[in-house]
Amino acid sequence: MATIVGSVMTSHVPSIGNAIAKHRENDPYWKPFFDGYPPVRAWLDRVKPDVAVVFYQDHGLNFFLDKMPTFAVGAAPEYRNADEGWGIPTVKPVKGDPALSWHIIESLVADEFDITMCQEMKVDHALTLPLALMWPGGGDWPVRVVPITMNHVQHPLPSPKRSYRLGESVGRAIASWKEDVRVLVMGTGGLSHQLDGQRAGFINKPFDLMCMDALVDDPKKLTRYSALDLVREAGAQGTELMAWMAARAALPGRVTKVHSHYHVPISNTAGGLLALQNDGAALARAA
Amino acid sequence: MGGKQRDYGIPGTPIFDGHMAQKGYALNAMCYSFNSADNRAAFKADEDAYCRKFGLNDEQRSAVANRNVLELIAAGGNIYYLAKFAGIFGLDVQDVGAQQTGMTKDAFKAMLLEAGR
Repeated sequence: MATIVGSVMTSHVPSIGNAIAKHRENDPYWKPFFDGYPPVRAWLDRVKPDVAVVFYQDHGLNFFLDKMPTFAVGAAPEYRNADEGWGIPTVKPVKGDPALSWHIIESLVADEFDITMCQEMKVDHALTLPLALMWPGGGDWPVRVVPITMNHVQHPLPSPKRSYRLGESVGRAIASWKEDVRVLVMGTGGLSHQLDGQRAGFINKPFDLMCMDALVDDPKKLTRYSALDLVREAGAQGTELMAWMAARAALPGRVTKVHSHYHVPISNTAGGLLALQNDGAALARAA
Repeated sequence: MGGKQRDYGIPGTPIFDGHMAQKGYALNAMCYSFNSADNRAAFKADEDAYCRKFGLNDEQRSAVANRNVLELIAAGGNIYYLAKFAGIFGLDVQDVGAQQTGMTKDAFKAMLLEAGR
């Protein structure tokens, strides 16, 4: 049976891609951000996931406003990155796990989530940069992926409560997968930031830190917010917190915090990182 | 498709809803096309022709000509697609933020640093 090793939630700001490509990880501006990642990489080296199920939003690479799914699940053998128009380098393709994708899709639809199914899907920085942060060096990606996109481009957005329930349902789907694979659940985006309007540059550190704490011990508490509440508290693009909530919700039992990190600013954004170990999986392995 | 954006009661914060998505469709379609380097080059070579091809209305055409982000948003532009437009001119989201808040880029960056304290 499949095992969920844990969850990693991280920001995915596009400029991280340029910093990596230009080897700026130790520049004074970038070092306080990149310094957060080595403990999480060390943990990943120990738990060795085979597959990453990744919750994120597509920022206008794969989806346009002509057809905008609220939630979409990729079921492709391979996912390609491509030119996103804002000048970050394209990274190598990522292998998929179509059998697990279809299992998740069947399970979600049986659970009454009316998701969109995609046999072709380009993946943008929101999927590729978190992989590059976890497994740097430019070698082959050590994981296959199942991409799950959430609409944060066009209102009405899904609610935090619905996003959380989606994560719970995906967690149940993975737990019932017959293959003996180790699965990491990732949620990418955020934390607080706003790119548009006279309030551009808005960051809310107390709110972010409250959310990061809640995601460890009391994640359901965050489901009382509406999408517009998140816009108000975390900025217009801070609604990406919902991807973190979905990734957290996939872990049903007790968790242990592996590491967390928070640094402001990266570009216009509060950079956050949180890694949680699924205690149930750790106990099963020890037995 | 005209009219003002619905007020969601969050100051300084445009909400890209169905009304705006419908109003801004042509503008956003043009900006989405800038995922392609060939299309970015075509825009730079003949901006007028490129805007005509996508059927921009007068408000959108003027906002594009002015390189004015708040005008582009008012004309229905979504910030993620507009960022691709800004990329043509080598502008990043801090340039875009500085312009919208009426700050210098240095002042905008200082504000972000302050938010982290």
